[in-house]
Amino acid sequence: MSGHHPHEDAGRTTSPYAARIRAIEALLLEKGVLTEPEVQDGISYLEARSPANGAKLVARAWLDEGFEDLLLSDAKSAARQLGIDPEHPAEFVVVKNTLDVHNLIVCTLCSCYPRAILGRPPDWYKSFDYRSRAVSEPRAVMREFGFELPEGVEVVVHDSTADVRYMVLPMRPSGTEDLGEDELAGLVTRDSLVGVDVPRS
Amino acid sequence: MTFEPGDRVRVLPSKKPGHVRTPGYLKGKAGQIESLIGEFPNPEELAYGHAGLPERPLYKVGFRQADLWDDYEGPAEDYLYADIYEHWLEPGEGGLT
Repeated sequence: MSGHHPHEDAGRTTSPYAARIRAIEALLLEKGVLTEPEVQDGISYLEARSPANGAKLVARAWLDEGFEDLLLSDAKSAARQLGIDPEHPAEFVVVKNTLDVHNLIVCTLCSCYPRAILGRPPDWYKSFDYRSRAVSEPRAVMREFGFELPEGVEVVVHDSTADVRYMVLPMRPSGTEDLGEDELAGLVTRDSLVGVDVPRS
Repeated sequence: MTFEPGDRVRVLPSKKPGHVRTPGYLKGKAGQIESLIGEFPNPEELAYGHAGLPERPLYKVGFRQADLWDDYEGPAEDYLYADIYEHWLEPGEGGLT
């Protein structure tokens, strides 16, 4: 803290990337490509979305087989049913973990992520390390997240290279038979929706 | 050239520059068509302000991990799916043996 300088930039980071993005934003506004309300709308759009949306979808699917079928065949309709706005140009597809198959999501080319549902991806999801290793050594990546895959389970990696955004439907943990929908949703972590981990009871 | 689920394909080993949505580690690799996802504006043109029309078919293509990496850790069943545009695919044998 310094008491000698004005704090007009309080709360703003000073990394070169932040400076670059502010410069680009200023240029887009100056040239009329974007307006300030559009920028604010974009921020509001992302901030209104969070992994809690994914957890709601998962918990309902665990309790309602018909909803699970809808989630796996038409995930956007399933989201609308729970009052979650899935509108985004990209498709939204949910893949199901079973006793035999464990799914893992990555975008090796950039950081494609079901933002319309889950909001912003975690920083590690965008890291070069995760993006390269999730495809070439998914089992080691999961171990580093503290998840030891049971013997005999097949790993299926989904690289969201183009116009589809993926989310994992994890398995309901054992010992959760008495839990209600909200409590079940509380077990569903963001990491389990990407597939680097699983929900625990 | 259109493909059906189950068709064996190979990803073109093209070095086309620009906003290409085919990852390098799949170029030249053999896989299998899982499904047709739909038709979408071509991202290679969309990224540069063009309309990307006509829309291009996009397929979900499956690859055996053992066919992608020489020293892959895991059983032969481990699998990888990627979404690949039709103009990046050619009929091809191999893979999924």
